[in-house]
Amino acid sequence: MTAGTSIRQRLFFQLAGIAALLSVAFFLVVQVVAERAAEGTQDDILSASAIAIADSLRSEESGVTLELPYSALSMLSTINEDRVFYRVVAAGETLTGYEDLPLPDETPQLGLPTFETLSYRGDEVRSVSVVRAVGPATNLQNVVVTVAQTRLGLEAISRRITATATGVGAGFFLVATALSLWAANLALRPIDRMTGAVTRRGPKDLRPVLAETPTELAPLLEAINSFMGRLRASLTRTEDFIAEAAHRVRTPLATVRAQAEVTHRKLQKPEHKQAIREMIRAIDESSRSAEQMLDHAMVTFRADSLAVEQLNLSALVEETCERLKPTADIRDIAIRTKAPDEPLMFEGDSILLQAALQNIIDNAIKYSPEDSEITVRVDAGADLRLTVSDQGRGFGAGDHSKLTTRFERGGNVGNIVGSGLGLTIADEVARVHGGTLEIGNNPEGVGACVSLVLPRL
Amino acid sequence: MRFPCLAASLIAFLSLSVASAAFEIEDQRLYTADPERSVLKIISTADLDVFDPILIAFQAENPGLSIDYTVTGTSDLMKAIYVDGAQFDLAISSAMDLQTKLANDGFLSSYASPVAADLPDWAIWRDQVFAFTQEPAVLLVSEAFFGDDPAPTNRDELIALLRESPERFQGRIGTYDVRRSGFGYLVATQDSRNSEAFWRLMEVMGRLDAKLYCCSGEMIRDVAEGRLALAYNVLGSYAASQKTTTDGFRIIEMTDFVNVMLRTVVIPQGSENVEAAQAMVDFLLQLNERPDLVAASGLPAIDASKFQANASLRPIRFGPGLLVFLDQLKRRNFLRNWENSLVQE
Repeated sequence: MTAGTSIRQRLFFQLAGIAALLSVAFFLVVQVVAERAAEGTQDDILSASAIAIADSLRSEESGVTLELPYSALSMLSTINEDRVFYRVVAAGETLTGYEDLPLPDETPQLGLPTFETLSYRGDEVRSVSVVRAVGPATNLQNVVVTVAQTRLGLEAISRRITATATGVGAGFFLVATALSLWAANLALRPIDRMTGAVTRRGPKDLRPVLAETPTELAPLLEAINSFMGRLRASLTRTEDFIAEAAHRVRTPLATVRAQAEVTHRKLQKPEHKQAIREMIRAIDESSRSAEQMLDHAMVTFRADSLAVEQLNLSALVEETCERLKPTADIRDIAIRTKAPDEPLMFEGDSILLQAALQNIIDNAIKYSPEDSEITVRVDAGADLRLTVSDQGRGFGAGDHSKLTTRFERGGNVGNIVGSGLGLTIADEVARVHGGTLEIGNNPEGVGACVSLVLPRL
Repeated sequence: MRFPCLAASLIAFLSLSVASAAFEIEDQRLYTADPERSVLKIISTADLDVFDPILIAFQAENPGLSIDYTVTGTSDLMKAIYVDGAQFDLAISSAMDLQTKLANDGFLSSYASPVAADLPDWAIWRDQVFAFTQEPAVLLVSEAFFGDDPAPTNRDELIALLRESPERFQGRIGTYDVRRSGFGYLVATQDSRNSEAFWRLMEVMGRLDAKLYCCSGEMIRDVAEGRLALAYNVLGSYAASQKTTTDGFRIIEMTDFVNVMLRTVVIPQGSENVEAAQAMVDFLLQLNERPDLVAASGLPAIDASKFQANASLRPIRFGPGLLVFLDQLKRRNFLRNWENSLVQE
């Protein structure tokens, strides 16, 4: 399986990206709107001031005169402490005010204030100009009133708005990012739930997954369930095949053996009897080999899905030895077990462990001379150690590591028939339990010594 | 202390078009430090005897600083900075409107004073105009004339009293000639904004042949000596300090409203010793912590609690509104109205 990109990560980054985009958009909108509003406010007050001045223009005999209203200028200080300039021009002549204050480029139309932003006396100023016609109908004069104000207060407001908008934008981004993380997790929770439902299952549980899934995941679940269905069918077929094969091989062999024994009893000539005995021995070995092959197949199959359970190792050893006693008795071989009195608990697959132990002891019986002794010892040290030692011929000198390879047999097996699978099975069982199989000669004298070493968990 | 006459050329220089002659120096003193490290050049409308204790105290706190103190009139001070571009490190004036115009037209440096936080909002404008005194415009009445009689406490009462017995007051009331006095013009224009009674009062005073003065000192003297029955809009701080040495008059703060003029200090753009100028601004803004200097100079320090205690006290507010009465047409109209009311020939 390749480590692909994480949906959670992608979802999170996409949501966070959208949040960042929205934050920036929010910032810009607030900035623009607020500045427009502030500018609009200043423009409104400037217009009010200019109109108030224009309204107090009067015509006298000597011409146009102005009674500058106090409020016209004082109203400009309501928001800030900006500098204020004004100029009143009648017929091209400055009536009063700042003579150098620039007039608008185009003469404003009656009733329509003209706004301009320009530089005056070292500062940027906003200026408004209005026009009013003053005088008798026969001698109407257009008087231009210009009022200007610096924009320092506006800049201060703008700075405040920028600071606020930045703060709110950043806060929004942080909250939105946190929320997108939460949302990404929430959106992926059904996947986690489904994963949990599948992984929590036992090795043999191949029933369809019924966990509740969102519609988007339903096809995936369907695919999994359909796959599991096929797997279940395939596994059933394999198990059936193994059982069938065992049955097909062992039953005819048993029949052949029974017929051979009957024949053996009927025959009189010693050389004929000898031949039949040879035949029976060969049949036994074939039967045993078939059994081992089935064992091996079973170990390979079970290793993929270990049925782990709490088991008492001492009891398992006792039980296995008990089962093999009849075989050993035939050749007057005694099996002695040395196990601690208290139960030795271990988590493992009891069927596999039994198969391993059986194969090791089986080997020991096979290679032991008649009237000898096999010792099965259970030691509980740092590791759990099941040691089987016999008084047979041992493994001889040389490298023993190859003995655990399938169908590989030792150098001094002599005429003893074997499949070369026994130690392979034991080794595989040791390995799937995280342990090892130690093969060697009995350090206390003649014979072989095989240990199944299992780690304590 | 005086409120020198506003030069007739005020209109001329406000129009900015007329090149003006150099400003007039009325008095000048050099406070030399030894050894001298720097010089602080001050142009002021406050007399030397008023400011002398403050200058000596400031120099004591700033060794090595020589002070060049020049006294001139309010309009001459304006002319010096606005038209002549004379180099001064500080300008101290009682003409709030002219100081405001200096700030508005861009002739001043800004200074964010660390002591500003302790002052009320109305005491500082644009970080350029700093008020350090509050001086009310009051009514003076003569003890000799009123004796035990109750004196009028507001403008309506004053008008009623003057109308009741015109013969008693004929030629015996005084006020500023607003054509000559900057302070007189400032308080008169503020009066006209605050109350309709102002023009009625001017009308009545005009009928009673009011005497016109250029300065508070002469009005106080004439009231104290009984030549005047009362004087309207006299500088209260000066009257209070005269009261310690002179008898024969009473100071009355009107209950309808009292205009409070703020004496201000500003740092002109051409200042060459900004550091010392800013130190002086801080020193003046903390005048309320030096009662000894307040007593010696007779300059009442900024004290917001006085305004809370007496609701009729109104500080004249800084702002573009003060520019209105400096407008040439506005001024011409105001003076014409004033002359029509008061100077009835």
